Amino acid sequence: MADKLPNTPKLDELEKGKWPSFVKEIKMAAKKSPMCADLLGQLEKSYTEKVGYWKHGGIVGVMGYGGGVIGRYSALPKEFPNVSHFHTMRVNQPAGWYYNTEALRKICDIWEKHGSGITNLHGSTGDLVLLGTRTEELEPIFDELQKINFDIGGSGSDVRTPSCCCGQSRCEWACYDTMAACHDFTMEYQDELHRPAFPYKFKFKFSGCPNDCVASIARSDMSLIGTWRDSIQQDDAEVKAYVDGGLDIEEDVISRCPGKCMAWDGKKLEIDNSFCRRCMHCINVMPKALRPGKDRGATILLGSKAPIVEGALLSSVLIPFIKMEAPYQELKDIIERIWDVWSEEGKNRERVGEFIQRVGMGNFLEAIEVEPVAEMVAHPRENPYIFYEEFFEEDDDEEGDKG
Amino acid sequence: MAKTPEEIADAMHKMVKDAFGVKKYKPMDLNKAMRELFGDEVDKKTCKEAIKLLVNSGRCVYTYFGGSFLEIPHREGAAND
Ligand code: SF4
Ligand code: SF4
Repeated sequence: MADKLPNTPKLDELEKGKWPSFVKEIKMAAKKSPMCADLLGQLEKSYTEKVGYWKHGGIVGVMGYGGGVIGRYSALPKEFPNVSHFHTMRVNQPAGWYYNTEALRKICDIWEKHGSGITNLHGSTGDLVLLGTRTEELEPIFDELQKINFDIGGSGSDVRTPSCCCGQSRCEWACYDTMAACHDFTMEYQDELHRPAFPYKFKFKFSGCPNDCVASIARSDMSLIGTWRDSIQQDDAEVKAYVDGGLDIEEDVISRCPGKCMAWDGKKLEIDNSFCRRCMHCINVMPKALRPGKDRGATILLGSKAPIVEGALLSSVLIPFIKMEAPYQELKDIIERIWDVWSEEGKNRERVGEFIQRVGMGNFLEAIEVEPVAEMVAHPRENPYIFYEEFFEEDDDEEGDKG
Repeated sequence: MAKTPEEIADAMHKMVKDAFGVKKYKPMDLNKAMRELFGDEVDKKTCKEAIKLLVNSGRCVYTYFGGSFLEIPHREGAAND
């Protein structure tokens, strides 16, 4: 137990207000953990001197694994000896982030015994994050986590812990079973998750519908977003009930449809489904009247990333529609080909989206043996990467070369 | 004749050991180097097996410095006692 908490006037400011405060939580943990008391001391010093006092460790991990532990040491071990080591462990969360309280208590007991006791539920990749332990505690923690059927997640140049929305377990819009797919991919790619072999990280995120609650289109190298390929299911009586109830259908639904494919004549809503972009807007506004179609699957998109090393990217369409049924073999074959090409040709710390930009979408598609289709292009004549070779005469190329 | 994962692991280990302190290799660098060295006698899959052997036996460890590398176990510069 920490004898006395350090004096932290700057951190104390962050306890004010009615919102949750990480300072309050660390102080609470510091009553039991000397590590947390020194954490407060070092953090206050960083705030005062405007200097970060952490050193990144590169080597810590558990035997056989290349990911899941992020090494961190204090640069001031004499002043703050209890955070001399302060490594993070990432625990692979269950699909959809469902735990029972018994499982959470067991994890917390392990963490209070071997670490600081403070956690972050959840990190941006999705893992349950355990913050602050010593190198010699890593193997014992790993052993105890395995005994309660938890494994550590990904870090470094590997498949990062896949994550998904709650999908069909709770959400009526789910167009496929995101939790089943996320679990299946996690188990299938155990080697790729624990043994880094790629140029850089590779994330999977599974969203059950285009509302994309896990932000897969912005946050994952491969985004698997539920969709449908037939028509929106429509209940005309319920549409009318919305309008009678005061919904301004022209303003709030029709004018905001990105496909410009809806019309309202005062009595009936018409949707030209061939122009529908499957954006979910109208369904979100009138959930009792409209539903996704019945022929459901997913759109697979590739290439997004947050701005590390280079700028942010959004994923773009690779497969417009695929049925999401186990064992997902067709998709896994494409993933293997993507990894093969990217691993061979990618530069160090180059994400797959950046790799595609560098080599060109046309070359990339050829290498992974996927035919270009119109859905890969945002607007006609806007994508310079795709050439339909049958429209080129051989002479054209030679003429071009001379120029 | 096809090389065994053990033979490839030995060759990889030598490469990593010889380069220690000078150059860090990523697993794919080692995989490519073995295919260059042994030609048709190795394939990507056996090279992956060889890396598994190296790491499971503790002869090499994964390290992270911006990206993931394979190195000889050593005391790292950032470590505190
Ligand atoms: S992404 Fe769609 S299916 Fe998943 S939870 Fe959100 S609304 Fe529901
Ligand atoms: S889902 Fe989107 S694009 Fe399709 S009809 Fe509704 S608002 Fe329009």
